[in-house]
Amino acid sequence: MAAKNVTTATFQADVLDSAKPVLVDFWAEWCGPCRMVSPILDEIAGEHADKITIVKVNVDEEPALAQQYGITSIPAMQVFQAGEVVKSIIGAKPKPALLADLSAFIN
Amino acid sequence: MHEVIIIGSGPAGYTAGIYCGRAGLNPLLIASSVEAGGELMKTTEVENYPGFPAGLQGPELMDAFRAQAERFGTEVLLDDVIEVDLAGPVKIVKTGGGKTYEAKTVILATGAAYRELGLPREKELSGYGISWCATCDGFFFREKTIAVIGGGDSAMEEATFLTRFASKVYLIHRRDSFKASKIMQERALNNPKIEVIWNTEVSELLGEGKLTGIKTTNLVDGSTATMDLDGLFIAIGNDPRVWLVENQLTLTAEKFIQVDGRSSKTSLPGVFAAGDVIDPTYRQAITAAGSGCVAALDAEHYLSNLK
Repeated sequence: MAAKNVTTATFQADVLDSAKPVLVDFWAEWCGPCRMVSPILDEIAGEHADKITIVKVNVDEEPALAQQYGITSIPAMQVFQAGEVVKSIIGAKPKPALLADLSAFIN
Repeated sequence: MHEVIIIGSGPAGYTAGIYCGRAGLNPLLIASSVEAGGELMKTTEVENYPGFPAGLQGPELMDAFRAQAERFGTEVLLDDVIEVDLAGPVKIVKTGGGKTYEAKTVILATGAAYRELGLPREKELSGYGISWCATCDGFFFREKTIAVIGGGDSAMEEATFLTRFASKVYLIHRRDSFKASKIMQERALNNPKIEVIWNTEVSELLGEGKLTGIKTTNLVDGSTATMDLDGLFIAIGNDPRVWLVENQLTLTAEKFIQVDGRSSKTSLPGVFAAGDVIDPTYRQAITAAGSGCVAALDAEHYLSNLK
């Protein structure tokens, strides 16, 4: 199951107001590493659905969101908690590395 | 037990997959979970790969390589090899995903990573003004102002090569002398289009969406400067990805995997190596592809002698 696509219109409800931490995956169609990391994030989302939610923002479609959160390189994975970015992961990483980065949220 | 496991998914790995597949060996190719496709995934236009007169994008070319390997039965696994044990007749390959595989032969095609400066935005601007390959990308900098970073033979070679296209080439080096061979230095220093900037490091990359310039720091007096540039070529060396095997296989003095003559045979029987991980000199997609074919044929020959 692919991560939900989030837009400017739904960002407040889907990300900022979420009770659980939300990892926002900023990506683009032309970004190869983004496509490589996407299925890994889907797996993590499935395995840890009770602890964390994972959503996607397409930076081509939502440039304002990308700019608002200072995205200058993708893939960029920003973890939000209570409306704030609490963790930033830049660049594609293998699953074990991502799980380590997210250990504070999923363990 | 697999007949052959191929580690790596650049031109060498996939070509080995094509030839091993066609030899009926049912190869398993472990491609890397996030870097599958190798260095060409970071390139945009590829115009020097034979067979594509109109050119194509690096990722497109690698998709085609992969499709061809899969057509002939290569199983491509998007996982990372984290450990290998190559000494015995049964080779063991362990992945980050927690799997262990066994094979009679292994082909190492892990490539060599272009050494990066380590500056912020370097990856983002790669292919958009920042390049690591003059032969690949010099063509796109006709009449432009560019800089080459480095002090070895690669940097001299790249800077000299790029003067065929660029109107101006700055050669930026952090020391006050080059370590390049004399002849290469002379070529660069005598070239009217090349201006050397000594004792200087790049401290910042500038530009939105593409490179427009750099900030530099003079390492002797600490002064800083800003330069407008259309392109930046980083030629500070490359590091063959040998960490999996450096304690098991003989490496060359430059830390590449040593192979026997023009074959792909390493210091261990049943273990073959191909592509940039054995080649410090040529490092082109086509030479890597040729090398992958050699490895597949060597592996096939070795397997038929086992019977």
